[in-house]
Amino acid sequence: MTQPFPSRPLPALLILSACLLAACGEQTDTAPSAAPVAGAPSMEAPLVVRLGHVAPLTGPQAHLGKDNENGARLAIDDLNAEGFKIGDKLARFELLGEDDQADPRQGTTVAQKLADSRVNAVIGHLNSGTTIPASRIYHDAGIVQVSPSATNPQYTRQGYAGAFRVFADDVQQGGALGTFAMKNLNARRIAIIDDRTAYGQGLADEFEKAARAAGAEIVTREYTTDKATDFASILTKVKSTSADLLFYGGMDTQAGPMARQLKTLNLGIPMLFGDGGCTVEFHKLAGEGAEGHYCSLPGVPLDKMAGGTAFRERYKAKFNTNIQLYAPYAYDAVRVVAEAMKKAGSTDRMKFLPELEQINYPGLTAQITFDEKGDIKNGAVTLYQAKSGAWSPLETVGGDATP
Amino acid sequence: MRGLRWRQWAATRRRKRRVDIFIQQIINGLVLGSIYALVALGYTMVYGILGLINFAHGEVVMIGALTALTAIGLLVPSGLPGPLVVLGGLLIAIPVCMAVGFSIERIAYRPLRNAPRLAPLITAIGVSIVLQQLAMIGWGRNYHTFPAILPTTPHQVLGAAITDLQILIVVTAAVLMSALLWLITRTRLGRAMRATAENPAVARLMGVNVDRVIAYTFVLGSALAAVAGVMVAANYSIAHYAMGFMLGLKAFTAAVLGGIGNVGGAMLGGLLLGVIESLGAGYIGDLTGGFLGSHYQDVFAFFVLILVLVFRPSGLMGEKVAERA
Repeated sequence: MTQPFPSRPLPALLILSACLLAACGEQTDTAPSAAPVAGAPSMEAPLVVRLGHVAPLTGPQAHLGKDNENGARLAIDDLNAEGFKIGDKLARFELLGEDDQADPRQGTTVAQKLADSRVNAVIGHLNSGTTIPASRIYHDAGIVQVSPSATNPQYTRQGYAGAFRVFADDVQQGGALGTFAMKNLNARRIAIIDDRTAYGQGLADEFEKAARAAGAEIVTREYTTDKATDFASILTKVKSTSADLLFYGGMDTQAGPMARQLKTLNLGIPMLFGDGGCTVEFHKLAGEGAEGHYCSLPGVPLDKMAGGTAFRERYKAKFNTNIQLYAPYAYDAVRVVAEAMKKAGSTDRMKFLPELEQINYPGLTAQITFDEKGDIKNGAVTLYQAKSGAWSPLETVGGDATP
Repeated sequence: MRGLRWRQWAATRRRKRRVDIFIQQIINGLVLGSIYALVALGYTMVYGILGLINFAHGEVVMIGALTALTAIGLLVPSGLPGPLVVLGGLLIAIPVCMAVGFSIERIAYRPLRNAPRLAPLITAIGVSIVLQQLAMIGWGRNYHTFPAILPTTPHQVLGAAITDLQILIVVTAAVLMSALLWLITRTRLGRAMRATAENPAVARLMGVNVDRVIAYTFVLGSALAAVAGVMVAANYSIAHYAMGFMLGLKAFTAAVLGGIGNVGGAMLGGLLLGVIESLGAGYIGDLTGGFLGSHYQDVFAFFVLILVLVFRPSGLMGEKVAERA
């Protein structure tokens, strides 16, 4: 990470630069008959910046994927509306939205597609399980990637210079959850269930480490899948261990029905889970069973973000739906990439990557600066409790407040 | 003395707790198994009469669940009490599924009645894919959630928790299965079904309208599938276009477990599979000292199926040709 231009075959970069110099002529549908010639850029033709965005737009997590894409789209519309300039040229941002179905195989297929279409940067993916395999493809193709929501620590620890995230990782989140379970919930006997995905298992492992270090006993570790709906038998197993807290590593599509079945099994212990279950959808899925459970979300609550309330309203007005979860982070991911391009005066990865590494940008969600791995510095984690159909913030651990 | 008595008390308590947990796992299994059994009946009835594995049956369950959810979504604002709304959804889902089952038979299977056996099997897989894609177009790819209109407060029975809905699922399944047995053994239609199962050509000569009997079989199976679909949606509060696949596979397993083509066998197989899955997921970790865990829940069910097929290839209750319906 110390060398600015890591291992990458030169030809690929040459092609990329050539393409950029020609302003990707074939993409500018409004290009005048005299296409801009390399080295003699015309002031009239806007500089087209193509950003890829990947999230699951179909399947159980489609509601989250659409939320991410909307966040990114809002940022792009803002940039285009405010006449954002890169160098001395007006930039026109375009979003290439792809669907990875939260499936690692599909994730690499669309990553290859974006790499082949030579996008300037990629925002995504949503899930850790898709982000990690895709990051290798982006790295090989020399494309900068900023994930708004992948929390598995491995993502930024593969030595890829172009991999960033604007979200606290599972080490930070798992640690905060472990401390919270011990200090605030007084849990001594903890049962853990995870969904066997890179995200769920990763977070559960980090939580287990933190909880054990704090002196809790892990009474059982059970497993499910990210497609399951029946948890009666594993919850009954949990019941047999007289656990006083249930931790779940996974998404809301399982956490919701699980909370509901917890209630129907008359198992009156609180559930604790990470960002994947910390959604509006959780309340719908869990119904009456939602009340009283806890979740954590990296970052500060939307209301505490500078401009958070305004963002919520603009989002609602534009997409006619409420923010699910990561939209503000997807927004920041786009803005931070745009800012680095502006600073570098170029959409060339060779030029804007060093700027992105050095960036200090007052984002919506936090003051964004990256550490040497590409992780956001001082990522905050906020804990929430389900109260009458909504998540109400309890406390924020770490992180600097947005100035 | 006091220490001893406390230890005895603690030991009794632990033992009681273990029994409670065991009963709870059996109840979990029975609820799941009742649903499997209802779906398995659809597979086994069609197989008994046509010798065809109707792979599209899981999709009929899915259509039942999604139709009921849509209807329930429309009925909720009317302010009717929850159980009535669900009943309304069910009453709409049943005829829709019956129509779907009838159409499947008419369009996809009847033209292939005398074709080699492999052709209808491939068609069945095709129908399954078509139905799934149609549902995806119609209902979208998102999860649909069941509105919170049914009480979820559990009752304590023998130290285990069970909700009204779960009791209703088990009872409804039992009633429907008894009614089906009665229909097959005691009515004119049942006799015609048994005759067709035994020998369609002879049945035709005896004046049985074989085509109509087969259509009735599909319609009956689809009605049961609709009920199962509503049960799944209500119990797990979730329905989506791909839900039929795994459920169908499990139900088919249950039918084979009990002896495919055998109506009683499908019921037994369904309940047994539910209980095996539940006990498997609940105890496999302890039994193997943590070597195998609850992620083997699905593997466990199919492992039992393989064992049954190896040692009793015709299923637990056998594929008794004369009695299959």
